[in-house]
Amino acid sequence: MKSTKTLRIKNSLIRLYFTINGALAIIILLMIFFFLLNEGYPAIKEIGLGEFLFKSRWMPSSGDPGYGTLALILSTLIVAFGAMVISIPWGIVTAGYISEIAPKKIQEILKTTIETLAVFPSVVLGFIALTTVAPLVARIFGLSNGLTALTGSIMLSVMALPTIISISEDALNSVPKEYKEAAIAMGATRWEVLKKVTYPSASSGILAAVMLGFGRAIGETMTVLMATGNSLAMPMTDIHGIPFPDFLTSVRTLTATIAIEGSDVPWGSIHYHSLFVVGAILFVLTFIINLIADLAINRFKGGNG
Amino acid sequence: MANLSKKKYSKNISQITHSLETHRQFAKKNIKEKINFGIFAFVASSAVLTVLVLLGILVKGGSGVISIEFITQMPMSQMTEGGIYSAIMGTVYLSLLTLLFSLPLGVGAAIYLHEWAGKGFFVRLIRLSIRNLAGVPSIVYGLFGLGIFAATIGFGTSLLSASLTLALMSLPIIITASEEALKAVPQEFREASIALGATRWETIRYQVLPYALPGIATGSILSIARAAGETAPIILTGAAYFLPYLPGSLFDRFMALPYHLYILSTQHSQTAVVRPLAYGTALVLIAIVLLVNAVAIYIRYRSRKNKLW
Repeated sequence: MKSTKTLRIKNSLIRLYFTINGALAIIILLMIFFFLLNEGYPAIKEIGLGEFLFKSRWMPSSGDPGYGTLALILSTLIVAFGAMVISIPWGIVTAGYISEIAPKKIQEILKTTIETLAVFPSVVLGFIALTTVAPLVARIFGLSNGLTALTGSIMLSVMALPTIISISEDALNSVPKEYKEAAIAMGATRWEVLKKVTYPSASSGILAAVMLGFGRAIGETMTVLMATGNSLAMPMTDIHGIPFPDFLTSVRTLTATIAIEGSDVPWGSIHYHSLFVVGAILFVLTFIINLIADLAINRFKGGNG
Repeated sequence: MANLSKKKYSKNISQITHSLETHRQFAKKNIKEKINFGIFAFVASSAVLTVLVLLGILVKGGSGVISIEFITQMPMSQMTEGGIYSAIMGTVYLSLLTLLFSLPLGVGAAIYLHEWAGKGFFVRLIRLSIRNLAGVPSIVYGLFGLGIFAATIGFGTSLLSASLTLALMSLPIIITASEEALKAVPQEFREASIALGATRWETIRYQVLPYALPGIATGSILSIARAAGETAPIILTGAAYFLPYLPGSLFDRFMALPYHLYILSTQHSQTAVVRPLAYGTALVLIAIVLLVNAVAIYIRYRSRKNKLW
């Protein structure tokens, strides 16, 4: 009798232990968010959220400090947007080739290559940007310095590629076979099936892939830190009085700012707390993008059983 | 007679032209398909080409520097000479410590999700959190680690703070991979064990975990490869600019390969002079990461081949 009772207690303890482990993800996510807010709060109280969000001068360690992150946010979005312009068509077409067209052997080669690309450390891509891509960009566009938003975008497109390909491929693979067979039976060619049946049916999964790739590009640090030159100016240029994003100028992203200033900032200073505000902005930005991706994934998983 | 044959003839002609028409249409469609598939093949192969070019750049720039001395000597003379031994060992220490912290938690979470939890709201929330944790930028983990482990708890910028930070970062990968491994164990194993009177924990311990082990190992090794290549979080939590010795305790700072590469290529006072060393460091780093990755893939391959069910 006694032994079954201790057994029962032991079992519920074991269960409790694993439940705590399971809940850890929620706890850590909440902890990160509230910690960022808590550590950022002293800076917001001192300076005001308005200056952080709507001013573009970031100079927290100067005698006349500025805490505007607008230029940093715009730079982040511009570099990530440029990366997406390259990697969305690249990734979606490659995923289509892998999942629908390639023979088995070539499929394996492509998948292995993409897996290899996925483990490339971002600092290595940053290094290649510095030594190879930036001089090339400088020569092509006649610039004195090739460390530009464009260079960052090119490298980020390579970084985001594995994410976009693997999730698009999942989405394409989960399109029911019957859809394609029905189209073939009605006389469609394989190309017509791919274009008019497979891709449209996988669209919400592909949207998820694009959003996750975009989130990845926004959160990436080392590659942009080493590739974009880190100048603090507004990344915009006027064309006939209308502001346009300037891809051929040096920019500094939110992530690069934390990396540059975070290692030697005096702990507890307003500058230190203001970096947590930058971190919180970054967290919210990527959180929203991931949430959209999540909704899209649920739709394609729910839609096709 | 002549009339009839003429009728027949015209009928035949119309049939032939009709089939020619469809045939031509078909051929046209076929050409279009060939061209489009050709474009697709070209775009896909450009991804392979990119990877080859990236690796080629590193091999071309770095292979001249690689030697036994480069791998086994400490950096010397302001890092303009000598090897990268302390950076390699720093990365090894860091990765192993990271795994030590993240593996029990990650596998525990996966066991809860797959073996205990149902499909309720709580579990959906956990899964949502895991996916979102995977999307949190690495530099934000670094900032969090700096604030909580280094500054608030007081571990300082150290090996301990950095590996705890990386452990949090690799949790989503380990949980997801371990859950996949648990999923691959047939349900009958659990049912048979329960039917024989084993408790749930005994079932997991003796009937599920042993068979999920190769999958869990694959996932953990992949997460090591990821952690070894990370730079942003350790910039903030403990990587050192230059140390000609290995960390003596958990509270020491350390050198690490990715951070060393960053320093050599952008922060060093003579970046042009140390460029060959930077190439060498990059090559060693990518070689380690790819090797670790290959080990993981090999384990996965072998366990699939030896599968008994």
